[in-house]
Amino acid sequence: MARITAGVATSHVPAIGAAVDLGKTKEDYWAPLFKGYEFSKQWIAKENPDVVILVYNDHATAFDMKVIPTFAVGCGESFGIADEGWGARPVPEVIGHPDLAWHISQSVIQEDFDLTIINEMEVDHGLSVPLTLMFDQPDAWPCRVIPLAVNVVLYPPPSGMRCYRLGQAIRRAVDTFDEDLDVQIWGTGGMSHQLQGPRAGLINKDFDADFLERIVNDPEALAAMPHIEYMRNAGAEGIELVMWHIMRGALNEKVKELHRFYHVPASNTAVGHLVLENTE
Amino acid sequence: MALDKPYTDIPGTTIFDSSQARKGYKLNQFFYSLMKAENRERFLSDERAYLEERNIGEEQIQAVMDRDYNRVISLGGNVYFFGKLFFTDEQSFEVGASSMTGMAPGEYREMMISGGRSVEGNRYTEEQD
Ligand SMILES: [Fe+2]
Repeated sequence: MARITAGVATSHVPAIGAAVDLGKTKEDYWAPLFKGYEFSKQWIAKENPDVVILVYNDHATAFDMKVIPTFAVGCGESFGIADEGWGARPVPEVIGHPDLAWHISQSVIQEDFDLTIINEMEVDHGLSVPLTLMFDQPDAWPCRVIPLAVNVVLYPPPSGMRCYRLGQAIRRAVDTFDEDLDVQIWGTGGMSHQLQGPRAGLINKDFDADFLERIVNDPEALAAMPHIEYMRNAGAEGIELVMWHIMRGALNEKVKELHRFYHVPASNTAVGHLVLENTE
Repeated sequence: MALDKPYTDIPGTTIFDSSQARKGYKLNQFFYSLMKAENRERFLSDERAYLEERNIGEEQIQAVMDRDYNRVISLGGNVYFFGKLFFTDEQSFEVGASSMTGMAPGEYREMMISGGRSVEGNRYTEEQD
């Protein structure tokens, strides 16, 4: 049977991808950030998961204003790397796991989570930057990836609790998949940041520290936090953090925290990162 | 009954909600068109002609040509869409974001390196005056 072995949370700032692609990771500005992922790279090389369910958001790349799905799961064989306006990132294409992706969608839709099915799309930095942070620069990604895109561009995104419950439903779906697979789930985006208007540049370290603590140890209560608190206290784009609840909902109530890292800034954003192991 | 919008008193912030999305539909689709290299080229060679083809209102055209992003936001633009214009202009997201704050890019970068803009005094518009 398939099993969810671990969860990873990480921010997914485009400039981080550019720093790796352009060989700037040793520069003073970037070095402290990449140091925070050294543990995780070694850890994941040992874990060697078969599949990562990667929760991220599309940033007006695959989805324009024509069609805006709240939750969309990538069921295709593979996903190309998008040109977001400066040429596609020089990273390998993403190989999906259609059997598990279809299994998840058929399961959770019957549990009232109306996922949109995507067979063809290109993925942007929201998905590729976390892969880069965890796997560096391989010729091919070492595992299959199921993209799970969440709308956080158009207000309102799904509530934190809806995300948490979807994570729980994904967990049940993975648990009933017959193939013997080690599956990780990653929640990406955040932490505090604001990209727009006169308040751009907002960072809230206290909010972020509290969020990092509670998503590990008090996740269900944290998932009840209303949108307005993210937007007011963690910046308008801090709302991306709702995606972390999907990751957390798919793990056990008690998890083992293997790694925690926090750094300001990457471009306009506070970077947060967790590695959580599903204990028995 | 009107929608509850508890976010209208966050200073310096416009939430991209249903009314903004409706107002900015064509404008945002214009920004999205800049994902294609050939469209970026055509736009840069004659900005006004390209914008007029897309049936965007004059106020929006002017805001785009002025790169006045606060104005773009008030006319329905969304940052993930107009971010495509930052890239068309070969500008980083950091420099693009700084242009909305009234700070010089270097000053903004310094603020970020020293921990970002504080939330204190920045939660409610009534704290601002
Ligand atoms: Fe994002």
